[in-house]
Amino acid sequence: MTAYRPALRVLSALALGAVIGILIYGLLAAESEKAVGLVLLAVALTVAAGLRTGVLPRLARAAGSGPLLGSVALAGVVLIAVFHDDPFVLLLVARALLVLVACLGLHVQFADAGVPNFAGAAFFGVGGYTAAVLGAGEIPHLLVLLASGAMAAAVGSLLLLPLLRTRGHYAALITIAFGLLFRTFLEVNEGLGGPQGLKLPGLRILGFAFNDDRQLLGLEVSGFAFYCLAAGVLALGAVWLVRRVERSWLGVSLDAVRLDETAAACFGISLGRWKIAALTLGNAIVGVAGGLSAMMVGFIAPNNFTFQESLVLVSILLLGGLGNLAGLAAAALIVVWVPEKLQPIQEFRYLLFSVLVVLVLVLRPGGLVRRRARQAFGSAAA
Amino acid sequence: MTGTAPLLSTRELTRHFGGVVALAGLDLEVRRGELLGLIGPNGSGKTTFFNVLTGIFPPTEGDILFAGASIARSTPQAVYRAGITRTFQRSRLCLELSIFDNLAIGAHGRLEHGFVFNVFRRKALGRQADEIAAAGADLLEVFDPPLARRLHEPMAGVAMIDRRRVEICRALMSRPRLLLLDEPSAGMTADETTRLMDDLLEVRRRFGELTIVLIEHAMSVIQRVTDRCVVLNYGRKLCEGTFAEVSSDPEVRRAYLGLR
Repeated sequence: MTAYRPALRVLSALALGAVIGILIYGLLAAESEKAVGLVLLAVALTVAAGLRTGVLPRLARAAGSGPLLGSVALAGVVLIAVFHDDPFVLLLVARALLVLVACLGLHVQFADAGVPNFAGAAFFGVGGYTAAVLGAGEIPHLLVLLASGAMAAAVGSLLLLPLLRTRGHYAALITIAFGLLFRTFLEVNEGLGGPQGLKLPGLRILGFAFNDDRQLLGLEVSGFAFYCLAAGVLALGAVWLVRRVERSWLGVSLDAVRLDETAAACFGISLGRWKIAALTLGNAIVGVAGGLSAMMVGFIAPNNFTFQESLVLVSILLLGGLGNLAGLAAAALIVVWVPEKLQPIQEFRYLLFSVLVVLVLVLRPGGLVRRRARQAFGSAAA
Repeated sequence: MTGTAPLLSTRELTRHFGGVVALAGLDLEVRRGELLGLIGPNGSGKTTFFNVLTGIFPPTEGDILFAGASIARSTPQAVYRAGITRTFQRSRLCLELSIFDNLAIGAHGRLEHGFVFNVFRRKALGRQADEIAAAGADLLEVFDPPLARRLHEPMAGVAMIDRRRVEICRALMSRPRLLLLDEPSAGMTADETTRLMDDLLEVRRRFGELTIVLIEHAMSVIQRVTDRCVVLNYGRKLCEGTFAEVSSDPEVRRAYLGLR
């Protein structure tokens, strides 16, 4: 292990953050299809060149994950400042961040415990509907967001019994069935707005209304900029939490359950306990993201939480590489933004994702980015 | 025969798989501190015996007493907590994980698993990780000093014989009272088998209290390391005694050892 000097760490982190920031800026700023195509080409070339020469991995290693995360957050803030009056771009950014948070929740289930969940959009919806029902009242919105997570975890516990009795394809089918049931339940439930859905008030924390456009330092700042910040904070928190879970005995036990149930059982690891833990934690994370997303958009309907949306979340996981959070973030950006930016492919996006997922599974079964070995978490590392 | 009660004894232990009788009323005793060899032809019920013992399959009939308490029909988790760990015939290490992770799985019973401890009390967690790393390195040191320095390398890059050693260390991490080794020499060269025998003898020397049951096809291993042997056939005990006694039994010689 090489120890890097602090200055070098900061510089590496800033350099990497700048590269990521510039690429993302290009993608967000590009208007015409030709420009978007060129930017995507630039992204592909940069990543390919960076990996081929080993510059990108070396920078990442030199920076270390903490400074790197900070520098990416800084790049995010700069980007939000640059696009401060462009609600469309800001909405895209916030949506990608919230989708990333939801995928982090699913990551705990799929990639750590090995429990499939093809009802990600349904749990996202549980969070959203909870926010819609509770957010209208006097309850502080931070508590409403926590309740969204708790509700998603609680609804998810309906699936525990069947999920603990099955594995693999059968467990996946149970979650698919739940996702379909959830949508039907919403459509026939007039109390929740039926097929028309519900309107939500905007997020308001300590009197600060996130929906309002404001004058800040002489700039006209769109309300979505504040949602971007909130989503960013949530995403950082989720990354922090998931990383800590993975780099601890919790992660070791979840890995043991995923990789070999028989061996795990022979070393005292309760399969049920760990699967329940992963499902509950994952669904709670998805639910919080769903709650914030619903408040940001201001309106939810059953159509937002279809099986296809769940599949989009799963395809992000598969593309990003199960077990790699950086890959996951990249995949979330690509899958959320590219169809929005390239309108002609909008209609074909499910088709394209399917082809992309099949290609990845055939050519790189581990996902675009490989699973990283757990870093040591002994006292020297912590 | 010593006067002390055996560590493990089975009574009429029976296990059917559909119409196949894998264990047919097996009565077997394992004495405290001994290294018992379990031999017999393929399909004689050796591995099934381990699987029933460790709770992977419940017995169809019969009872298992371990240190005075019945563990028949216990879950694998309860058997682990009672102090029995094992290795598997086909290595069941987690190849995606590091050596350290695999050893930590073995020590599962003494790790702190609370959410708050693991997520927020990182200093204490780090200290516990250090303890596990030190204990793991100590064990690996017995087998292969260079291996002890590769603690955080992925399992997938470790040679076959070292995987076997890590698997035995994983089982030892829980400080078991009874260690079950399911054919540790499987898939090894003659030279590696010899080294593994030395390892086993070294483990016995270091952990005097440890009781071991060893399933093995390599008769050289059985001859050299076991105190006593039990020969199984068709899920029953055919005979038992020292290797010399067992291997001179005419029936055993004719049928299972290929000796004349």
